[in-house]
Amino acid sequence: MANANLKPLEAVFWLATLLPFVLTPNYLSLASQIAITALFALSLDLILGYAGIVSLGHAAFFGAGAYTAGLIAKYCWSEPLSGLLIACIASGLLGYALSHIVVRFRHLALIMLTLGLGLLVHEAANSAGAYTGGADGLQGFRVPAVLGFRFDLYGTTAYAYALLVLFLCFLVSRRIIHSPFGLALRGIRENATRMPAIGAPTRAHLRKVYTIAAALAGTAGALLTQTTSTVSLETLSFGRSADVLVILILGGAGRLYGGIVGAIIYMVARDQFSGLNPQYWYFWIGLLLVAVVMFLPNGILGGLAKFSRPRT
Amino acid sequence: MLASLAGVLFDGFAYGMLLFLLSVGLTVTLGMMNFVNLAHCSFAMVGGYASVTLMNRLGWPFLATLPLAFVAAAVVSVFLERTLYRRLYRASDLDQCLLTIGIVFISVAVFAWFYTSEQQSARVPEYLRGSVQILGQSFATYRIFLIAVSLAITAVLVLLLERTRFGARVRAAVDNQRMARGLGIDVERTFMITFALGGGLAGLGGALAIQIVGLDPSFALSYLVYVLIVVAVGGLGSIAGSFVAAVVLGVSDMAGKYYFPWLGAFVIYFVMVALLMWRPLGLLGKR
Repeated sequence: MANANLKPLEAVFWLATLLPFVLTPNYLSLASQIAITALFALSLDLILGYAGIVSLGHAAFFGAGAYTAGLIAKYCWSEPLSGLLIACIASGLLGYALSHIVVRFRHLALIMLTLGLGLLVHEAANSAGAYTGGADGLQGFRVPAVLGFRFDLYGTTAYAYALLVLFLCFLVSRRIIHSPFGLALRGIRENATRMPAIGAPTRAHLRKVYTIAAALAGTAGALLTQTTSTVSLETLSFGRSADVLVILILGGAGRLYGGIVGAIIYMVARDQFSGLNPQYWYFWIGLLLVAVVMFLPNGILGGLAKFSRPRT
Repeated sequence: MLASLAGVLFDGFAYGMLLFLLSVGLTVTLGMMNFVNLAHCSFAMVGGYASVTLMNRLGWPFLATLPLAFVAAAVVSVFLERTLYRRLYRASDLDQCLLTIGIVFISVAVFAWFYTSEQQSARVPEYLRGSVQILGQSFATYRIFLIAVSLAITAVLVLLLERTRFGARVRAAVDNQRMARGLGIDVERTFMITFALGGGLAGLGGALAIQIVGLDPSFALSYLVYVLIVVAVGGLGSIAGSFVAAVVLGVSDMAGKYYFPWLGAFVIYFVMVALLMWRPLGLLGKR
């Protein structure tokens, strides 16, 4: 694959992610939230943008990772890196188990099933209140430090930690996308019936990418747990699944930076409008969605790409 | 335990009828145009708020507000169909999902702005309150009324679709759109009327639902899941399927809440996922 190395523009982008340390030190907690959301959106991009699996229940894996990390921190030990790894594996296993169901379906049945499975996991966590804290969430634990760096009030360590994990996961995703496996995924997205004819095992590929995406989503959830020291039932909710979909579509699905750009715009806008009642915030999100679907079908990055390379 | 069984079945059936009213329009439009309309419950909410406004601010009697709820929801749905939906008939599932989720978010915010996010209350007239004693079991009058209205509407709907020329056009368009076009049926127009009918029925359902489940701006999202379950389980384009699915869902939800309250909505979602895995096209789905 020719373009598997980081391009100069990408290097500039990743260097720019370090700027909040210097320019906006008061907003580092927000920056770490953005990095976590971006990782979550990136994981959805792998299955939705590249493999064409529409999911309305992706928060199931985010929440699974968040609860795993929370339970480890509360009942076992407070060292975050091992907790992150275990959360990643646990949500990956959940993703692998559910992938056997999900890859059999397409179109409306797929949308309904992902929605149903997401709600099912949400209800399961709600019912198992003895372990998950139910509607009150999981509280009463603290992750003091990562690799000797203490989590401070300003979020410096939190942002550095989240950013580093995001960057590593991004490199992994990038490698996957530019591999022959990634190319096969795009082939499946375009035509799922013809791909087996050229020797691509469609379902095995889809199961694999679904598992990877679930593991990444779980990693994002675990990061949220460890940087905020709480887990709420909201991490599993339909609202979170819908939000991440909006973020990805806004940025541009099927582009590696789509989720990241979407997360930056969405989270910064929400922070700026946080004085509003959340219900009115959703008015603007709704309007934005309608506008994006009507006028900007490939998201902001898709629009920019079209703008910078006009067809002749 | 056994004595309450009749009560649970009755309440569940009434609830199922309500779900049927809310979802039947979506069944037809989804089956006909393959349009994933997640904003269907927003139409129901339009009907509900129209009824509440007419009753509480203008002093209309409850029964008189029901036709108006139907008309208001039908008008809103046709307006959206003409301006937004028709442009996306050939778009992907995802685009349709996103557009309609956007409309849901907007409708939730708009109703919260005009009516606050509090529960709206509606006073039903005296003759619909209280309960009737039959064989030592009491049945709420309003639920009997609800079941009667729903069954009447179902009968009218079935007659309309099975016995009239318009119904024949709708069925032809659901079964094979290209062929229907080839025979000179104006599919666009048929669809517009069906869409208005479906939206209107949802509006009527929304107005009738206020007594049972209440009405606040989150209605569009919280009942969306139930409506989608009915449609997906019943099968696209199948009215009989929706009817069966709605009754099964209503009864099992009531029974679940009554006998296994600690499981919450778990039972419903589990039944939905299991049914979909067993029959991805729904119980009575054809395609």
